[in-house]
Amino acid sequence: MKFGVVVFPGTWSDRDCGWVVDQVVGAELTYLWHKDADLKGCDCVILPGGFAYGDYLRTGAIARFAPVMEQIGEFADKGGLVWGICNGFQVLCEAGLLPGALIRNASLEFRCEWTNLVVERTDLPFTARCEEREVLRVPIAHGEGSYFADPATLSRLEQRGQVVFRYCDPGGRVVPAANPNGSLHNIAGIVNARGNVLGMMPHPERCSEAELGGTDGLKLFRSVAENALKVFVS
Amino acid sequence: MISRSRPEPLDGSSAPGVTVKQGLASLGFGEVVDVRVGKYIEVNLEGTSEHEARRRVEEMCRQLLANHVIEDFRFDIEPEHKRR
Repeated sequence: MKFGVVVFPGTWSDRDCGWVVDQVVGAELTYLWHKDADLKGCDCVILPGGFAYGDYLRTGAIARFAPVMEQIGEFADKGGLVWGICNGFQVLCEAGLLPGALIRNASLEFRCEWTNLVVERTDLPFTARCEEREVLRVPIAHGEGSYFADPATLSRLEQRGQVVFRYCDPGGRVVPAANPNGSLHNIAGIVNARGNVLGMMPHPERCSEAELGGTDGLKLFRSVAENALKVFVS
Repeated sequence: MISRSRPEPLDGSSAPGVTVKQGLASLGFGEVVDVRVGKYIEVNLEGTSEHEARRRVEEMCRQLLANHVIEDFRFDIEPEHKRR
């Protein structure tokens, strides 16, 4: 099982993601530079958080033209696992690999705080180790994380069960007070129809060791590592 | 080229435009009923007709300068000699 962590100029969570993959999970790791023209045999590509290309114009708008993104698009078409976290989610939306967009937080403030997420899909490679409707405690750190899609797209996402994580209270109730950024339907993470491209605003790599205040994020990394193992064995 | 947030994301108190409107109201500009915040982008093209420039800029807007999910856009073409 090999993870590839993409590094754009301005990415800042690449080493955090790499650390969890390499040092905590113990999986094979490589970094993918934005100019790389191949994915070095990775089974899962992570687009980490940060401000790719300075987020000029719009968040993620320039990053989608990076040479590595063309490879990632083809990889996703073939069913490869692509996981966008924070800025990575914004890049995936700009690239058209996921629907909708991330706009300015309703508060107009950068929010850096712990959130609770209810897991609505456990049949995905990213969440296989989670329990049905489990509540994960995962931090966010963003200024533009309010998920927006037009009504038709939103209704299609809901009907097809593509919402993977929703902001909730500690008891798992999806209430407005638990929504940190104004996302429609409290959406914190979505998956494409095929289930191999995940985008999420919260940072699981920042809660994968007890020293950091929580380990719920590790469940997602372990899910990917072990699921790929199963695929390989079968 | 001017792009503006589409009306849909501007519901409730979430949009920058609403915040600016509140700021104006607190300064005594109570007659303001709506504010929309957007972007202004100036692009200089060389060696192209006005017709061709219009076609090319439209493509630029669709492919990069505006995100159709959240923004709409309009633009004007000005020949260079008029700008001086």
